[in-house]
Amino acid sequence: MELTTIWFALIAILWIGYFVLEGFDFGVGILLPFLGRGDRERRALINTIGPVWDGNEVWVLVAGGATFAAFPEWYATLFSGFYLALFLILVALIVRGVAFEFRSKRPDPAWRSRWDLAIFGGSLLPAFLWGVAFANIVQGVPIDARHQFTGDLFTLLNPYGLLGGLTLLALFLTHGAVFLALKTTGDLRRRANAWAGRLGLAAAVVAVLFLAWTQTIRGGPASLALSVVAAVALVGALLANRVGREGWAFVGSAVTIAVAVASLFVGLFPNVMPSTLDVAYGLTTTNAASTPYTLTIMTWVAVVFTPLVLIYQGWTYWVFRRRVAVEQIPADEGY
Amino acid sequence: MSALELARWQFGITTVYHFLFVPLTIGLAFLVAGFQTAWVRTDNPRYLRLTRFYGELFLINFALGVVTGIVQEFQFGMNWSAYSRFVGDIFGAPLAIEGLLAFFLESTFLGLWIFGWDRLPKRVHLATIWIAAIGTVLSAFFILAANAWMQHPVGYQLNASVGRAEQTDFLAVLTNPVAVITFPHTIVAAFLTAGAFVAGVALWRLWRHPDLDADAFRTAARVGAWTVLVAALLVLVTGDQQAKVMTNVQPMKMAAAEALYQTEQPASFSIFTIGSLDGRTELFSLRIPNVLSFLATGSLDGKVEGINDLQAGYQATYGPGDYVPYVPLTYWSFRLMIGMGALAALGAVWILWAVRRRGLPIGRWVMAVAVILPLLPLAANSLGWLFTEMGRQPWLVFGLMQTSAGVSPTTSAAEVLISVVGFTLLYGALAAVEVGLLFRRIRAGLPETPAAGAGDEVDRPVAFSY
Repeated sequence: MELTTIWFALIAILWIGYFVLEGFDFGVGILLPFLGRGDRERRALINTIGPVWDGNEVWVLVAGGATFAAFPEWYATLFSGFYLALFLILVALIVRGVAFEFRSKRPDPAWRSRWDLAIFGGSLLPAFLWGVAFANIVQGVPIDARHQFTGDLFTLLNPYGLLGGLTLLALFLTHGAVFLALKTTGDLRRRANAWAGRLGLAAAVVAVLFLAWTQTIRGGPASLALSVVAAVALVGALLANRVGREGWAFVGSAVTIAVAVASLFVGLFPNVMPSTLDVAYGLTTTNAASTPYTLTIMTWVAVVFTPLVLIYQGWTYWVFRRRVAVEQIPADEGY
Repeated sequence: MSALELARWQFGITTVYHFLFVPLTIGLAFLVAGFQTAWVRTDNPRYLRLTRFYGELFLINFALGVVTGIVQEFQFGMNWSAYSRFVGDIFGAPLAIEGLLAFFLESTFLGLWIFGWDRLPKRVHLATIWIAAIGTVLSAFFILAANAWMQHPVGYQLNASVGRAEQTDFLAVLTNPVAVITFPHTIVAAFLTAGAFVAGVALWRLWRHPDLDADAFRTAARVGAWTVLVAALLVLVTGDQQAKVMTNVQPMKMAAAEALYQTEQPASFSIFTIGSLDGRTELFSLRIPNVLSFLATGSLDGKVEGINDLQAGYQATYGPGDYVPYVPLTYWSFRLMIGMGALAALGAVWILWAVRRRGLPIGRWVMAVAVILPLLPLAANSLGWLFTEMGRQPWLVFGLMQTSAGVSPTTSAAEVLISVVGFTLLYGALAAVEVGLLFRRIRAGLPETPAAGAGDEVDRPVAFSY
């Protein structure tokens, strides 16, 4: 296989990893004000993702860094082109990350509800905007002969892009609710389970619409097959959720997101950022790539260290595998 | 202002701000790991309480370091896309490796450390903070290797057909002489920063509450002060070596650090110089003979090239243009960096004297020392980076690409303005929140050690929960 193909696949895997992992903690963040009644419940919800959200977020940093290293043209065009969307994502991620760390440092209810709002908005905005961004990558954006994006923020907010945003948002909400049903106890668990069922139906509707639309834009037999798998996995997740098999429901929602995102990448290949102005202006795995020398080195680094990362991140999930009960949240502290 | 100027301001603001938290994170990770190691080895609760106290301060600081780091990873592409296209084949690799090797380690193992107090065996839990600390150092190495390539490009060739620099020797990029010496200089400066923080906080506690946990805070004051002293010595040694490398590979930066216009042999070091406003003429100067020669070349009568000769030489090599950095800034940032570091070392000596033999610091100005001491290395770090980056101007990549050529060509000034203003306001607000929280935590004093083994494991409260 060509090095550029390997790196396209690796970057796809990094984004898939990011969306599967951060997807549920975005979902938890958005559901926080709706599902958590009272401060202790909210703390229980936050503590389900407490030990892992930061590690989950590193996936996007590595995806960004890997794109820079392996496909500098892609990195440069995408990041300078989707400027304001990325700015909003960055602001949201900053506010959200700080909110997790700072929220419980003071007992003051006003302080805490402000950070709850930050967690909610800081999770909602990136979940939606990443969807908009990826839909636009797949659909193609105006890119000129010098590989410069010539649109603006409103170029991205087209119907297909917005549907992409809604799809990712709905999938993350479902994934988050399923995760909470898996990680909490008692009444909270029952409510999370009920939310997961309702959200999952909504997600199924928008996701099927979106994937079908995608198929008409940039589809092939492989991406079609993957879309079908994603739909089946989502139905499976909802059935498992219905009968209270939360582990299987979580596997189902994770597979749904992974395979749906994979279908986008498969449909995209060998393009990385098609142009709507002229097919020849588009970025591909060939014209956006680094040299074979750099790609070879990066391949070795990835081959050696990625398994290591997966092992210790997996171990973290094992260490914190137990459910978080509201009764476990210590009586109020803060300084 | 043009998009170029705004992009430069944004990089300056976001980077200086990010780097307030980074050295504190690196150094504090090790000092907290040290306290926890002392607890595991001696079982003395004093060390556990210090671990938790400084650990919480560390985490408040770490949160901002992490979130502002995301901006750093993205803004090369957002504001500097022409630069990213030109250098991506070389510069992208260390960034990606930093993420894969270091960010994952830091975030995952800190998560384990924060939430693992009652979930992991004592020694495994101790290992998590050490691994996170090692992650911070790895991270520093790769990002400094990337920066060093901008100061002194190595291991590449220019490919004119695609208009970019292409990597030919990865090992040369990692063993760039600038990286090899900047790395230890940065790490020891991080220890100096954290030492000053630990000592300053302890001093404030001892002054404010002399009868509360004085023994523990005296220990912390000593640990912090000794860290400052040892680190200050090493900062000096590595800084001296760094100056010699700089004289070799970026002589203009050395000349600009000294506002040395005419080539001198031997060259004197100016302690204080007043120049004209454009920085091109010297009006008054207080100088020590031969010191600059020694600093730059290692020999008391070595020749140090001046700005005017270097400018003439660069014009001959690179064509007409102005190759002189803004001298007043390089001159003063270089001096003030050294001065702030030296002052911090003096403060540390005083603290050691004040807390000797169960002593207590007395006097109204103790509080001033406690507050100012941690700020000195923070200022020195910022000044050092301002010097390094401004001293490279007008180059973005020395000798290969000027800063004006690196900016994103189609990103509008309005877009950059929105992000500069947005980040600046957000960062300002978060700084206020962070400082407020640090003070709250410091005022609350050492936490009590939790009663061990209370209740069934399932009902037991989650330690260190959010």
